[in-house]
Amino acid sequence: MPISPQMSFLIILVVSLTIFATRAIPFVIFHNGKEIPEVVKYLGKVLPAAVIGMLVIYCLKSVSVVTFPFGLPEFIAVAVVVALHVWKRNNLLSIGVGTVLYMFLIQVVF
Amino acid sequence: MKKKGGYARAFRAAFPFTIPVLTGYLFIGIAFGVMYQEKGYNFLWAILMSVMVYAGSGQYLAVNFFTPGVSLFQVIFLEIMVNIRHVFYGLSLLERFQNMGKKKLYMIFSLTDETYSLFFITKIPKDVDEDKFMFAIALLDQIYWITGSAIGAIAGSLIPFDATGIDFAMTALFVVIFVEQWLTTKNHIPALTGLGAGLICLLIFGADNFILPTMICVMVVLLSCRKVIEPKEEGQVSADAN
Repeated sequence: MPISPQMSFLIILVVSLTIFATRAIPFVIFHNGKEIPEVVKYLGKVLPAAVIGMLVIYCLKSVSVVTFPFGLPEFIAVAVVVALHVWKRNNLLSIGVGTVLYMFLIQVVF
Repeated sequence: MKKKGGYARAFRAAFPFTIPVLTGYLFIGIAFGVMYQEKGYNFLWAILMSVMVYAGSGQYLAVNFFTPGVSLFQVIFLEIMVNIRHVFYGLSLLERFQNMGKKKLYMIFSLTDETYSLFFITKIPKDVDEDKFMFAIALLDQIYWITGSAIGAIAGSLIPFDATGIDFAMTALFVVIFVEQWLTTKNHIPALTGLGAGLICLLIFGADNFILPTMICVMVVLLSCRKVIEPKEEGQVSADAN
């Protein structure tokens, strides 16, 4: 251990509280009983779709399209997940096939 | 509130929905355990961190803090930066968490990207209590995460097969959720805003700094297009309300 157990624990505690704070802020601002403004209700309704779109990009942020294999494994696997899901609408099937395909692509093909 | 059945039923109903997260969390949890163990911390420390913190990118980043002379202010600042997106998640759950009593604190604590996203594609069975169902999803997800980090810290280097790329399960999960919400809503402006703003900000700010600018762009676009988006939303409220 590079630092003392006490200091290590303190770091974990500080990280824990900081992460919790980021998740708790909206609940503190609009705590029980306080009327939630219409604009916040509106945001709450439309944000999830936008956040999920952002998270797709977030997962793919380290993909380089200018160096080999030019993001091809990711592109192919995502395309298959989308097509399969539109066709079958089965979460596990889409995710399972996509993941196995991706592993095959980066371990064997590229 | 009507009694709709207990926790056992809720966990049984929730489990199938969490299987993609099970796959993803086990393996990114293992990756965390391996990294942390290489710093000289055994599996008990990995478990402690996964119990107390419970954040993917937050814990990956935190591994770097365990060096002499680290500043706690820097720890706080960097953790806020990597996790700032979560500030916005609660806005969608204010009402759903409102009557959860003692569970509410845990629901807020455990609000990861994956759990948050699952809340929006899961169809709650009629005979299951919604609060218990959501609690089951949150708790199951954290159990997978803790288990993964413990395995990684104990035996990360002994994984018997080449698991390279298995973390794609997480990407696939978000893609599936994206497609699912696309197919079930008529209004695609919010989804396209997130995708477009993310892509543009990634190109401008780079992989390490694009989330905060993206969230700001998303808020600005969604707020300024409210008049266009909201009437379309009204049409689908009736379908979402239950």
